[in-house]
Amino acid sequence: MTSLLEADGVSKGFPGVQALSDMHLELRHNEVLALVGENGAGKSTLMKLLTGALAPDAGHFRLDGEALDPHRSRDISIIHQEFNLMPDLTVAQNVYIGREPRTLGMFVNERRLNERTGQLLDRLGLPLDPRALVKDLTVARQQMVEIAKALSHDARVLIMDEPTAALNDAEVEVLHGLIRRFTGPDSGVIYISHRMEELKRVSDRITVIRDGRFVGTVATAEAELPQIISMMVGRELNTGATPVNVREDRPPVLRIDHLSTKSLLRDISFEVREGEILGVAGLMGAGRTELARAIVGADPVSAGTISVRGRTVRIKNPARAAALRIGYLSEDRKQFGLLLDQSVAANIAISALGQKLSRAGFVDDTKVRITAEDAVRTLKIKTPGVRQEARYLSGGNQQKVVVARWLAKECDLLIVDEPTRGIDVGAKEEIYQLLNDLAAQGRSIVMISSELPEILRMAHRVLVMSGGRLRGELSAAEATQERIMHLATSGATG
Amino acid sequence: MIARLQQLWAFAGLIVISIAFVIATPMFGTYGNIVNILFSTVVIGLLALGTTFVIVTGGIDLSIGTGMALCAVMSGTFVVTWGLPWPVGVLLAVLFGGLIGLINGFSTARLGLPPFIATLATMLVAQGLALVVSESTPIYFNDAPGYLLLSTGTIIPEFPNAVLVLIAATAVAAVLLRKSVLGRYAFAMGSNEEATALSGIDVTRWKIAVYTLAGLFTGLAGVMISARLGSAQPATGAGYELQAIAAVVIGGTSLSGGKGSIVGTVIGALIISVLNNGLQLLSIPQEWQNVILGIVILIAVYADMARRRTAVL
Ligand SMILES: Nc1ncnc2c1ncn2[C@@H]1O[C@H](COP(=O)(O)OP(=O)(O)OP(=O)(O)O)[C@@H](O)[C@H]1O
Ligand SMILES: [Mg+2]
Repeated sequence: MTSLLEADGVSKGFPGVQALSDMHLELRHNEVLALVGENGAGKSTLMKLLTGALAPDAGHFRLDGEALDPHRSRDISIIHQEFNLMPDLTVAQNVYIGREPRTLGMFVNERRLNERTGQLLDRLGLPLDPRALVKDLTVARQQMVEIAKALSHDARVLIMDEPTAALNDAEVEVLHGLIRRFTGPDSGVIYISHRMEELKRVSDRITVIRDGRFVGTVATAEAELPQIISMMVGRELNTGATPVNVREDRPPVLRIDHLSTKSLLRDISFEVREGEILGVAGLMGAGRTELARAIVGADPVSAGTISVRGRTVRIKNPARAAALRIGYLSEDRKQFGLLLDQSVAANIAISALGQKLSRAGFVDDTKVRITAEDAVRTLKIKTPGVRQEARYLSGGNQQKVVVARWLAKECDLLIVDEPTRGIDVGAKEEIYQLLNDLAAQGRSIVMISSELPEILRMAHRVLVMSGGRLRGELSAAEATQERIMHLATSGATG
Repeated sequence: MIARLQQLWAFAGLIVISIAFVIATPMFGTYGNIVNILFSTVVIGLLALGTTFVIVTGGIDLSIGTGMALCAVMSGTFVVTWGLPWPVGVLLAVLFGGLIGLINGFSTARLGLPPFIATLATMLVAQGLALVVSESTPIYFNDAPGYLLLSTGTIIPEFPNAVLVLIAATAVAAVLLRKSVLGRYAFAMGSNEEATALSGIDVTRWKIAVYTLAGLFTGLAGVMISARLGSAQPATGAGYELQAIAAVVIGGTSLSGGKGSIVGTVIGALIISVLNNGLQLLSIPQEWQNVILGIVILIAVYADMARRRTAVL
């Protein structure tokens, strides 16, 4: 039987980088094919070639055995790793952009548009309002809009480039349900993810890519995770770093009392001790990001107090937070993290620039370069050099850059929001190790994450939020997946 | 690297245009005429230097033209009306420009007004105030010969001081934009202001600083134009801002922010002067000079966008 989609001998180079060399990929009918590889391995590039967003240097593509011109074909639909939504338009306008129902051939029929989108969303089981503005949605909900948009095309091949990076387990379940319904005798899914546990659940076969080359394809049922991982990274990986113990008598660095905001947060109190990694778990919309933003002064606080090292402070903006040695790494690297058209070095140095990378108002470029090159080495950021513009890095490598920024700046308290979003297994270990090292040095980390395994492994203590409130606190010993989920789904608005 | 390339483009453009004029008229290449071109670049050049910083942050400053006229009038007030020693007058006039910039910065960064609107308002206010303060009459610096020498004097024989001032200002601006923390933050804010703020940078404060810096250059331009004319002309100034912005854009600085260089700006300003000068030598009427300048801007910006489009994917 011919395969649904086939790519052969595919090569693609960029200035300074050979992203793909003689790559091969085969998707069968009725199949979910997982594509895995390290950050910068060439996964997204291959998908851009399949959808015609980029032109290959060499290679050919076949759909049902017939030559395929990706540039023309409407049979392939993709959810990009980086969102392509118009923030000022509504959900419905985004989903049907360019294909709006019209009145008299000229005017957009908003009512029909919203109806149609509503039906689509219902069919997919996505809890979205067609009239909501995309910019008001959280990252996870924006992801859902992307999914709805891709599925509205009635394509035969659906490509998902890290669709779950921003989702938590419950949302991932919804997505996997959608995938199962989508795949049929005439269609298939290519699924890219760095969440290894997912592969078992969702995929039929797994194709591994390394440094732009095809390494192998294995049937998921027969594959073992360590085997896949060593195919990906070309070596054995130690995934054992566990947090050091924190002494209970350490003084608190940050103390939050009865904090509320106008939008979501209600009466939140907790403290973070020196040398502690505090996990914050919760479902999408629980208010975790809002909490972080309120603490660092990115959003206004309506009630409550914040104390740093025993002194009550008013943090009116993130600069003030930085002066108090508190840093915040946003979950949304594209909107709130990266300086896309600046160099990797500039991106890494920006936070520490005023602190230790300059003298008398003038930048010490040697120090900047050394700091950036160090980060590139420790985090294995794949880039031709620190002068490369951040926009040309792969998604995971961009994430490493924003992580590196906060490692370069010496903070006493670092709030990291989905720090390993889109980062490959190997690099995740490096980041866990670095966070553990910081804690061992007496720094404190607040780690917001939708990946429970990550929270369970890293945190000394876990706070669980839902509906803008704190629902409970678990020690590392008490915390289990079940208990966290139980708390996370408690509460009226949960 | 790409920014360098753009400068090369602009630089190549400057060379090509110059060669064309050399061929068209022997007058163009004489030492006297080259000094002339440099001399006529001073005012636009100073304005363009300051406004490069603003444009790099993704902002715009429309107030520099009439702001310059107001600074010239203030300089006249300090030196002529109040009879202060001229160096003190110069200093105060430059600082006055900084004050105008500070107000622009406050309105945009603190009050959150769009820079276009905030500086448009300042532009009108400055235009009016220049006339009010001077009572609509030019202020002549006849009694302050030292002041006039600032522009037309020659520390280096046959090389006007004004050009030295421009060279010094260029050096200062280049170092500030490329090497100072302020310059780096300007680029960062122009790239992604929210991300910069969340990186712990006080964007309000730094943006005010950027506009204030631009204002200082405006003040200096006010001094230099009045020294050259021998008088502060309250009704001039409008239109200079657009020429300065044109120079910045021709030099490859992106109006959407995050990209730009001082070298580019200087080349841009020189291209404008060379065109004006050469076309004048060829006796092409003023109105046609503007047509040609407009076309050059179009080509320069299109080239910039075309290179961006190819670089995006
Ligand atoms: N437009 C571009 N210009 C230059 N280099 C590029 C460009 N796009 C991708 N690259 C490089 O090509 C390589 C492959 O990138 P790609 O985005 O395909 O990686 P990926 O496998 O999707 O990684 P990730 O898991 O981090 O998303 C990377 O080294 C990246 O830096
Ligand atoms: Mg990718």
